[in-house]
Amino acid sequence: MRLHLRIWRQDSPSSGGAFVEHTVNDISEEMSFLEMLDHLNDGLTKAGGIPVEFESDCREGICGTCALLIDGIAHGPQLGTATCQLHMRKFSDGDTITIEPWRATSFPVIRDLVTDRTPLDKIIAAGGYISVNTGSALDANTFPIPAVVAEIAMDAASCIGCGACVAACPNGAGNLFTAAKVSQLNLLPQGQAERWDRTAAMVEEMDKWFGSCTNFGECETACPKEISIDFIAMMNKDYVKSKFKNQRLLSQKG
Amino acid sequence: MALELNPGIPEGPLADKWNNHKFNVKLVNPANKRKFKVIVVGTGLAGASAAATLAELGYEVQAFTFHDSPRRAHSIAAQGGINASKNYQNDGDSDYRLFHDTIKGGDYRGREANTYRLAELSGNIIDQAAAQGVPFARDYGGLLDNRSFGGAQVSRTFYARGQTGQQLLLGAYSALMRQVGAGTVDLRVREEMLELVMKDGEAVGIITRNLATGEMTSHSAHAVVLATGGYSNVYYLSTNAMYSNTSAIWRAHRQGAAFANPCYTQIHPTCIPSSDEFQSKLTLMSESLRNDGRIWVPKDEKESRLAKDIPEEDRDYFLERKYPAFGNLVPRDVASRNAKAQVDAGKGGGPLKNGVFLDFADAIERLGKDVVETRYGNLFEMYERITDENPYETPMRIFPAPHYTMGGLWVDYNLMTSIPGCYAIGEANFSDHGANRLGASALMQGLADGYFVLPYTIGDFLSKKLGDSPVSTDDEVFSEALAKVEAEAKMWLSKAGTKPVDYFHRQLGKILMDKCGVERTAEGLTQAIDEIEALNKEFHADVRVPGSADTINSSLEKAGRVADFFELADLMCRDALTREESCGGHFRLEYQTESGEALRDDENFTHVAAWEFNPAGEPIRHAIDLDFEFVTPTQRSYE
Repeated sequence: MRLHLRIWRQDSPSSGGAFVEHTVNDISEEMSFLEMLDHLNDGLTKAGGIPVEFESDCREGICGTCALLIDGIAHGPQLGTATCQLHMRKFSDGDTITIEPWRATSFPVIRDLVTDRTPLDKIIAAGGYISVNTGSALDANTFPIPAVVAEIAMDAASCIGCGACVAACPNGAGNLFTAAKVSQLNLLPQGQAERWDRTAAMVEEMDKWFGSCTNFGECETACPKEISIDFIAMMNKDYVKSKFKNQRLLSQKG
Repeated sequence: MALELNPGIPEGPLADKWNNHKFNVKLVNPANKRKFKVIVVGTGLAGASAAATLAELGYEVQAFTFHDSPRRAHSIAAQGGINASKNYQNDGDSDYRLFHDTIKGGDYRGREANTYRLAELSGNIIDQAAAQGVPFARDYGGLLDNRSFGGAQVSRTFYARGQTGQQLLLGAYSALMRQVGAGTVDLRVREEMLELVMKDGEAVGIITRNLATGEMTSHSAHAVVLATGGYSNVYYLSTNAMYSNTSAIWRAHRQGAAFANPCYTQIHPTCIPSSDEFQSKLTLMSESLRNDGRIWVPKDEKESRLAKDIPEEDRDYFLERKYPAFGNLVPRDVASRNAKAQVDAGKGGGPLKNGVFLDFADAIERLGKDVVETRYGNLFEMYERITDENPYETPMRIFPAPHYTMGGLWVDYNLMTSIPGCYAIGEANFSDHGANRLGASALMQGLADGYFVLPYTIGDFLSKKLGDSPVSTDDEVFSEALAKVEAEAKMWLSKAGTKPVDYFHRQLGKILMDKCGVERTAEGLTQAIDEIEALNKEFHADVRVPGSADTINSSLEKAGRVADFFELADLMCRDALTREESCGGHFRLEYQTESGEALRDDENFTHVAAWEFNPAGEPIRHAIDLDFEFVTPTQRSYE
């Protein structure tokens, strides 16, 4: 296959960027999308050029490092698939493919296709945990958790933190990411003690960095783990409750 | 200074050793902990759990990851599960049984005391993870479920779908981020360790390069903990992540940390074979597939029909033929060796003839498609996504791939390397797995080290430093180290040869896979050492490293990592050459039983080979005896 690529090239966070066209030959259908970019970079290096910077690590769709907007779609055309699991057999000879970094104000470009996604970690640091110091845990079977609850918590927990939900959202909202972690912990009995504080802290941290959710639902479609926007509704419900519950809990302390 | 390699195994009965040791090690009192600064490099299972726990205890912690977030570490890709001797299934499990299975699985080349401690702590890990909100699989009563794994006769593996590593890592990551939020851990992302800084024979800090800006910085501390994972990527094609590398532990090795058993590598039998010459990494398919899949190759190497059209009489079910008792369920090393032998004989399947078939047709007929789908549906889906072949209709293709490294930095019972003040935890150390690791034991070891071992044992070293400030980063040891790594970056960027770094890495991997992979021989290893040296020369003469040092430059990052892989590859071959026996993942063709099993030489090789870096010439091998006080080594047999 021979492909024409329009790739966003940008030298630094402060410099401007532009699309640069590259043509690559000898693409095999068996290649993954990222192996196609490896091949491009091999050619650029040999020809004395500067390779395109992009990030990827596990290439198994689980680490969440890879993050490309392919023809305007986060992670490309195959549903439920991270960029690294997308293969060239989904494209045809002669195609022109536009490749961009995540487009979101909260994820500034560092170079070429690499962005800074640290605001996602800040949301977790604000409350995406259960406070249990090492060594103070009870026996794991102390609290039975109905299998269906554990399963739904697991659905939420399968978020890989790639940021596709933010990149796909017209508002650049971080709600699906935040809701996935809030819901995982709020569903489980272990997470009840901090439920209301957690929800308030995480939502408020999220609001510092990301746009507002208006229920477009683009995030769910873009999510490589197909996480449901139902979790956003669960988070919103808990957020509203937290504004009452926290105060009531406080008042009980007299 | 002569290398001191005293394992420091505590006295007493096996089951009391860890308790006795905890009582005997020196502690740092709670009010003094904040006076000590600890650097943790790597934020996978071992690093994140250690950094979080040390901070909870009150130490000042600085944690480094070269990823953009701690959650990206390759621990995240572990699929199957984590072992623990909870005996929730009431099937006769115990700490001793888990210990015994692990020692035997490691072909009696691990340390008894460490392995027992690992088994003893395994249950605490499950408690900790469940309390953190890790959504382990549960039965309908809401209690924790278990599955079975290779090398054990009990059901002790806890799991979270096929994403156990992800969930455990996110648990440790959340504990770490809680401390980051509380200001007790100073987390540095996109910082790669390039040097271990030494003063008066002790580790006093590290030099890192910021991968986004290229800035090199000195960091000093009372102790440095390396939790930087294994080195399977020395083979280029492995199941490890693209960024996984040996550089942190290798640079510590160059500073004097002994490297133990580098030739102990695990090659996993059920991976998806390469599809073309551009293949960048390999994907593991869970070992559980071998429960119902039948492995075969065409009898005739000239076979040209599609796999599903080849009739029964023209197929060779080679594992069932050679090992009638265990059949397709022989251990990983045996399955890998046999698959490679078939492919080498030209009988492989697929367009590149580089895999063996794993066929579910019989299972579908026997159990029905629904049952097979319930058991393996998600794996079949993953396989189809990668290969575009439907395993319900046509046999899968599999081939062995490097997956885990049992070797690593030598550590004592406290997990301290031979450099005082420098610790290695998780896959980075030479571990508790001997010459072969059982499934579902890597997660267990990483978390045991990070949550429960290091946080106690590090006090023994730190307590001696009470009142001492960390060495200033203005000290000349830091400026010299900084100048050295800056010069290295300049050196790489001046390389204007004709080939990219990956080219040489791929060639190195081919040599190593061929001669120091599934099977090794004295002749092959000797050749490999020469070939590696020649390729290394070509690498330095003909590599091209484009771009500059003040921005993201993945070519520059890779150049330094591949240079370290070259040195490690040489050491692996030397280790494999001098270990004149077969054991676990180390299979020397010259040393096998009549039925083709690994033949150990207990009289001469019941020891750990710890290698000392020698700047003046060839590395120096130290043999540290393994005492089997409680179990008796026996010959493994699977016929």
